[in-house]
Amino acid sequence: MNPFATATEIAAAVREGRTTSSAVIDACLARIERLNPVLNAFTAVTAERARARAAGTKTGPLAGVPFAVKNLIDIAGLPTLAGSRINRDHPPAAADAPLVTRLEAAGAILVGALNMGEYAYDFTGENGHEGASRNPHDLARMSGGSSGGSGSAVGGGLVPLALGSDTNGSIRVPSSFCGLFGLKPTYGRLTRAGSFPFVSSLDHLGPFASSVTDLAVSYDAMQGYDPADAGCADRPVETVSGGLESGIGGLRIASAGGYFRAGASPEALAAVDAIASALGVTNTVTIPQAQRARSAAYIITTTEGAALHLDRLRTRPDDFDPDVRDRLIAGALVPAAAAVQAQKFRRWFRDQMLHLFDSVDAILAPATPCVAPLIGQKTFVLDGKELPLRPNIGIYTQPISFIGLPVVAVPVPTASGLPIGVQIITAPWREDLALRIARLLEVRGAARTLQPEL
Amino acid sequence: MEDPALDAWIDAGTAALGIVVKPEWRQAIRMHLAISLGHAETVLTAELPDHLDPAPVFRA
Repeated sequence: MNPFATATEIAAAVREGRTTSSAVIDACLARIERLNPVLNAFTAVTAERARARAAGTKTGPLAGVPFAVKNLIDIAGLPTLAGSRINRDHPPAAADAPLVTRLEAAGAILVGALNMGEYAYDFTGENGHEGASRNPHDLARMSGGSSGGSGSAVGGGLVPLALGSDTNGSIRVPSSFCGLFGLKPTYGRLTRAGSFPFVSSLDHLGPFASSVTDLAVSYDAMQGYDPADAGCADRPVETVSGGLESGIGGLRIASAGGYFRAGASPEALAAVDAIASALGVTNTVTIPQAQRARSAAYIITTTEGAALHLDRLRTRPDDFDPDVRDRLIAGALVPAAAAVQAQKFRRWFRDQMLHLFDSVDAILAPATPCVAPLIGQKTFVLDGKELPLRPNIGIYTQPISFIGLPVVAVPVPTASGLPIGVQIITAPWREDLALRIARLLEVRGAARTLQPEL
Repeated sequence: MEDPALDAWIDAGTAALGIVVKPEWRQAIRMHLAISLGHAETVLTAELPDHLDPAPVFRA
């Protein structure tokens, strides 16, 4: 089977007897063995477990589909690293995270854990302990972070489906750099139980895939209230796969102007404009005080992150990735008044955005200001100014996840041959609309993945 | 804020929190503190009503 076959193509082939789960898993494990030394996407491969599970798997919407998870998601028998050296000392997880269990209940087969930026405080995909996961479209470039291994593994055709987390953009940034479809659902939609936290009020889990249908089918399989996650909303399952082909008739879609165009590279602007054109969108909306929303997300992240890791910063500072440690120490020094005011502003911003969604159904914005930078690059030029790269890749993703809005990141090829992502942003709990729009863009060829030769 | 003021902030804050900073970490911490304080300023200059509830309201 083509290594870039989509999850739903694989599942159909397994269900119809054209292949077997065991054959799919053997091919997947062989490809991981060949290419992981190049991409550095995996930190653990669960080959024995995968082969055992494949032997009995013939049915389900994801029958025989290999998948892997960012290594902050629990896998029974492995320590949950969250990209760190320190967590290697933790006892192995006693059980799989619920999202792993739910995907396996749908027939998918876990094949391993994926590299990530330490403690998810990262947009680069670099990791001081494991080395950087690499961009499958140019091995010298960043995969994006913090779910870098997820982007690298799906982009390189090692697995058709991966899970990541997104606190400020960590699904959408690697989706953009690696040219994939990524879904950051509404805050509270998917359970985060059995995952290592970063910023409780901003953390989301979600899937990466090479097709919109794969996103939808995996998302449907993972939905459902879970009281084990205090942030999980007690809502009924609202499946989306059945309505994907409904089109966009009657939907009001607009591009985000102002803040979301200032500073974007020509490639990022061209991608948003191409997506808008493919949808026939000419309207522009202004997201009020987006800059301040981004600053507030930044403050909540750095202060909560610092509080989470304070004891480790005191006792084991040398065991951190220096790039993460030094940001966390700075975060510990931010006045509490700023963190509280950020939470008040969050209420204001949420109310403004809900009001904005009275007049539009979806908003288009760049996912990243530029295509993937080079691994090791420390600065980039944004709006004519040279700025530190690590704290600024998320300028367009942070204001959106700040209030938990659902987003589908869609990949757009650029003239340079590297992909870049566009965010399709909808009102809370309207993942269905974002996915429908993404699907139409896929059908029209405006959003598409590339298949690198590796 | 100038570097000496940031350094004084780092010294006092890390001492209060029990974090020991090695000299070679200081430049990066100073850069990140300056960025974070810039974002804090952006947030603190927001004009918000006294009665606005912070986002994570607790329900008993």
